[in-house]
Amino acid sequence: MYVAVKGGERAINNAHKLLAEQRRGDKTIAEIETDQIEQQLSLSVTRVMAEGSLYDRDLAALAIKQARGDLIEAIFLMRAYRTTLPRFAFSKPIKTAEMDVSRRISATFKDLPGGQILGPTFDYTHRLLDFTLMANGEAPTEAPSGENPIDENMPRVLDDILNYEGLIQDEPVPVDENAPVADLTREPVKFPAGRDLRLQNLSRGDEGFVLALGYSTQRGYANSHAFVGEIRYGTVSVEIEPEELGFAIDIGDIELTECETVNKFKGSKTKLPQFTRGYGLVFGQNERKAISMALVDRAMRANEMGEQIMGPAQDSEFVMEHSDNVQSTGFVEHIKLPHYVDFQGELELVRRMRAEVEERLAKAEAENGTSQPEAAE
Amino acid sequence: MTAHPAPNARTDQNRNADKPGDPHIAARQKWMSVLARTSRARLETEWSENHGNESWTHLREPQIGMVMVRGRAGGAGQRFNLGEMTVTRCAVTLSDGTVGHSYVKGRDRIQAQYAALFDAVMLRDGSASDFIDTLAAEQAAAKRDHARKVAATKVDFFTLVRGEDE
Repeated sequence: MYVAVKGGERAINNAHKLLAEQRRGDKTIAEIETDQIEQQLSLSVTRVMAEGSLYDRDLAALAIKQARGDLIEAIFLMRAYRTTLPRFAFSKPIKTAEMDVSRRISATFKDLPGGQILGPTFDYTHRLLDFTLMANGEAPTEAPSGENPIDENMPRVLDDILNYEGLIQDEPVPVDENAPVADLTREPVKFPAGRDLRLQNLSRGDEGFVLALGYSTQRGYANSHAFVGEIRYGTVSVEIEPEELGFAIDIGDIELTECETVNKFKGSKTKLPQFTRGYGLVFGQNERKAISMALVDRAMRANEMGEQIMGPAQDSEFVMEHSDNVQSTGFVEHIKLPHYVDFQGELELVRRMRAEVEERLAKAEAENGTSQPEAAE
Repeated sequence: MTAHPAPNARTDQNRNADKPGDPHIAARQKWMSVLARTSRARLETEWSENHGNESWTHLREPQIGMVMVRGRAGGAGQRFNLGEMTVTRCAVTLSDGTVGHSYVKGRDRIQAQYAALFDAVMLRDGSASDFIDTLAAEQAAAKRDHARKVAATKVDFFTLVRGEDE
């Protein structure tokens, strides 16, 4: 039990002032602006938006600045802010097939229509520290342009290519397209959870946690060997249909990373073997998270696929109850807050138990007239 | 392995299937999408230079809220809630009663207000058509420039000829 404490107001105020001073750091060094964070630390911004579950680059940059770069603290700030806003609408399902891609690769097909588009990637860099960034700052470089833009229509590897031969399972679509969609921000999570709820949970789940679970599936704690069928990163437009208008309107673009995995096939004596799917979709540019999410999504489909549960990544309840870093940090870190009354209770209990044992031992000693046996005997 | 595209690529994502047939609605959808992608400064300048004499009132003050963005499992399957985005909406009435609306990404109230004003002006007499066309052309050019930079990162794979194929 946690009992509120009073007092310490002055100390708390001063602690927050000290925090602010340390956040600012050495005053002879220029203060970082939120638009610099938004532009130049854009992958931190991405992560804070994805796990804060709120797409707003400026707010994420502000949260990162305020949190001194502690991304989980920044995610917490985003989550808190989102509770202050009304929800106007649900978007129409975004069309990732129509994404304006900045990157699109497949690890399963080399020569695919539309091509392998590397885009802005750390892949194939040498991971050597670039000291010129420190010494001279970044040279203002302009990336080269191709003669023609990339193809506007990029076929989807799983749907348009693999499925053409019926080699991969279709994505199950509910009979009722207008059936309610689960929303963990509005209703408590109940188990067994549907795939809609699982995907929502994973998309806002902690990157490190989802990564570790995804890794565990590859190391044998689930049996769903995966290939990356396709990864896309780019922008999609978001459409809503406001009641007062009665038709759909486009409200702007958001950046997304999507990953589709092709997994271990499944078949039976009567059904032809087919590959199965895992799906990852996250705000911003974050391939690590999208791939991990797809691995864990596939692992969590174990029941649906009639697979034996052999690892934590397949246990939806375990995954979903521990994936949220705001929830986790809240519970883990709350034990550092004053638990004086609570602990006082424990202390008294232990003292009483000790007294009881001592009394019993003293009584036994008096009755037998012997001293306690030596430990060595 | 070489991949072949399916002749009848799946259209579960309803490519272009949601566009209503009404040309007035289609035209309005187009300019609203252009306005939603235009900066507040740009809209503000154009308004003060060319529409500064309009009299108008707020039908709904600019309001910041959220839209829950939905995705589909596998891109084409079951719907799910991906996460929210900030959105600002506004509605204005011109002196002749024409009502303009806006819903724009982000939290810029002034941008939303001008987007609604231009929507109203376009509905009334299309008097911002040139401005919208310019913006649309700029947005298309920016998109094309980006797509060309991206195209420069396209991999040209080649397969090494091995002895046994000779």
